[in-house]
Amino acid sequence: MNYTFDFSSIGSYLPVLFNGILVTIELIAVGATFGVALGIFCAWARALGPIWLKPIVAGYVELIRNTPFLIQLFFIFFGLPSIGIQLTEMQGAMLTMVINLGAYSCEIVRAGIQATTKGQFEAGWSLGMTRFETFRYVVLIPSLQRIWPALSSQIVLVMLGSAVVSQIAAEDLSFAANFIQSRNFRAFEIYFLATAIYLALAITLRQLLRGLGWWLFPRKATR
Amino acid sequence: MTEFSTWDILCNLLLATRWTILLSLATFLFGGIVGLILLFMRTGKRRALRRFAWDYVELFQGTPLLMQLFIVFFGLSLVGLNVPPWLAAGLALTLWTSAFLSEIWRGCVEAIAKGQWEASSSLGMGYFQQMRWVVLPQAFKIAIPPTVGFSVQIVKGTAVTSIIGFVELSKAGTIVTNATFQPFVVYGFVALIYFALCFPLSMSSQFLERKLNVAHRNH
Repeated sequence: MNYTFDFSSIGSYLPVLFNGILVTIELIAVGATFGVALGIFCAWARALGPIWLKPIVAGYVELIRNTPFLIQLFFIFFGLPSIGIQLTEMQGAMLTMVINLGAYSCEIVRAGIQATTKGQFEAGWSLGMTRFETFRYVVLIPSLQRIWPALSSQIVLVMLGSAVVSQIAAEDLSFAANFIQSRNFRAFEIYFLATAIYLALAITLRQLLRGLGWWLFPRKATR
Repeated sequence: MTEFSTWDILCNLLLATRWTILLSLATFLFGGIVGLILLFMRTGKRRALRRFAWDYVELFQGTPLLMQLFIVFFGLSLVGLNVPPWLAAGLALTLWTSAFLSEIWRGCVEAIAKGQWEASSSLGMGYFQQMRWVVLPQAFKIAIPPTVGFSVQIVKGTAVTSIIGFVELSKAGTIVTNATFQPFVVYGFVALIYFALCFPLSMSSQFLERKLNVAHRNH
């Protein structure tokens, strides 16, 4: 193999790369926040919600969980304009991430909710809590604590999956890598670097979520 | 300009679906083999091999599949090999799959009670004998539902290979869209075909989990 690696050729494109990293972080921050919120709502709807809502949410969850993220992205970004919904690349990418994570986190949170025994609901009500208060303090918070590790790894997976949003020209890290390799033709170097950055992001995100877990749920889970 | 009927669109997409299926099957097979080797390394006694398997899993689970594809695609051509997209796609997916499968299977092996290891080693069995006759047959049952569940991820993972130019269902969707200008219909169909492939797998995974339910039986 007589190929000389040349990482110095990336030097002048560092701002592009840095911007890409920021966009990826922005995407996962928005995607995770609203995605988990949507997931909690759907989990509530599936476990305790009104009867007419259950099949709708179940359909949404199964549809999203059984189709690739890339196709969801294409459908939302290329398909929706033909029924009059125009989105920018960033909006399209964010919306897809929220919808995608919403379905996955719904199933994860629901598993936590279903682990709550009936006696706990009754205990909550007998203490004079409203239904909402019971849901919030007795059901949801202990459930989230229980499923936090699973939810964290799903968020990391969605962050890694977000690399394909470069395909609709959302300017994330993988878009930056594509852009740079189309300029300096140092494909291997730049993808190697981008992969290393993704790995660092994934490890950092995992640690951040673990810290967030400690901060959000200071008391030990009762199993 | 030629007009495309819905039937034409569907036919073209279904023709491309066989490549998605073939790639998924090949990935599952080869990924399973590599995953099994990694599993032996990870659960074995050699410290260096355990470390290697751990790093391998960490690396492939911690980076996007898309980047792995690009690295395999461009990396192999650096060595002077002219890699066709199907080979790069199959290789990258195999590496990615093996990391996830070995991690799933490791969990199953570790779920086997410690007493089983001790009992078999007190009978004078070596590591491979223990795995072959005692641990794996029991771990196998626990492993079926999550493995079938992961096959859904494999089918969905093949969609990403369209980006390096392998013509499977997703790529066909893009090509057909470019010809028909009907992204809503085309991507809708593509999504439905993926759904038709994945939903039975998801369902059978859940069914097997309920039916075997071995994970909670002996506790």
